[in-house]
Amino acid sequence: MCVAVPALILSLNGIEAEVDIEGVRRKTSIYLTPEAKVGDYVLMHAGFAIKVIDLQEARETIALLKEINAAG
Amino acid sequence: MEFCGSHTAAILKYGIRQLLPAGVEMLSGPGCPVCVTDQADIDRAIALAKVPGVILCTFGDMLKVPGTYSSLQQARAEGCDVCMVYSTLDALDIARANPDKPVVFLGVGFETTAPTIAASIAQAKQQQIKNYSVFSLAKLCPPVMKALLDGGEIKIDGIICPGHVSTIIGSKPYEFIPREYGVACVVAGFEPVDILMAVDQLLVQLGNGRPRVEIAYGRTVSPEGNVRAQELLAEVFEPQTARWRGVGEVGGSGYRIRDRYKEFDTERLFDIKTGPAKEPAGCRCGDVLRGVIRPTACPLFGHACTPERPVGPCMVSGEGACASYYLFGESDGR
Repeated sequence: MCVAVPALILSLNGIEAEVDIEGVRRKTSIYLTPEAKVGDYVLMHAGFAIKVIDLQEARETIALLKEINAAG
Repeated sequence: MEFCGSHTAAILKYGIRQLLPAGVEMLSGPGCPVCVTDQADIDRAIALAKVPGVILCTFGDMLKVPGTYSSLQQARAEGCDVCMVYSTLDALDIARANPDKPVVFLGVGFETTAPTIAASIAQAKQQQIKNYSVFSLAKLCPPVMKALLDGGEIKIDGIICPGHVSTIIGSKPYEFIPREYGVACVVAGFEPVDILMAVDQLLVQLGNGRPRVEIAYGRTVSPEGNVRAQELLAEVFEPQTARWRGVGEVGGSGYRIRDRYKEFDTERLFDIKTGPAKEPAGCRCGDVLRGVIRPTACPLFGHACTPERPVGPCMVSGEGACASYYLFGESDGR
């Protein structure tokens, strides 16, 4: 039930955002993340953006993933 | 112990248990909101669905959970108006479209979901949607972690803390765990590499004998969490004692709707009466949720109880430990 997925904000209309989730477009509310801007990645849960994702941290995890893949 | 059912699902799906060195055992915890919902509360939800005129909105996971005599799915088949929604905002839309009917949202979830429930109540008040209410069964995780540790039934060396619960509450609420119980804590994400990183950090903490709270999911978790969401939770809810399946009553582990929003509290609008609740004979979901047994040790597992015909809630939810063990073929009892 706590499943949440990353989504890219494409446009904003008040607290309603249109987001892209791996090619699927959906509406989401930024009621819980009023600081979210167009171009931000947010973590989306049950129709709400619950966090603006820290891209620097995300890149570090991706780099770690690549390192593991290269080692494997 | 991985607290969260989504961690259990990822650990089994990606075969992480088989990758770990001997001596490292992963144990699934009570982190599945559907699974820990008390049998009496399931019965009350079904009773609500049967009130003439009521539209009951719920997340899909709750539909198949067996109550003492029935399930929401069965109630729907019998003609009750039970709607599956993906968001509380969908439930608000249903309330707007049906102003002459009471629309009840079945508020099951942890701190991840509770702010979305609080947001719907705040918006209903602001927009004067008078036929919307919430049957709040929402729960908090740290108090039940404390209850498990106090229970002392199982020896836990480290806890993988729930990633999306922590996105909201931050990592600070776990600090009592290493301080008072000497148990290591790492907040983890849900990719296989996130979980491996968390196990690694737990082992390092245990190796150097200095347990603390670490975050291995920094892209969405901070020590403070989502302060806006926490403020909204505090505005709409207050903590109350709640009953957890398998664990029993845990003080301060439930979200009750505050008096200032009482007109949106289903429990204060309806007199919900049910007979005594009874858990299914032979079902050991309670022991699974406390980490006392693995799902495969339940006599019903895979025979009388399967995802198609679940007897207990841990076989229903995608986050339920039994469903994960069943789906990903883990049956060696390791």
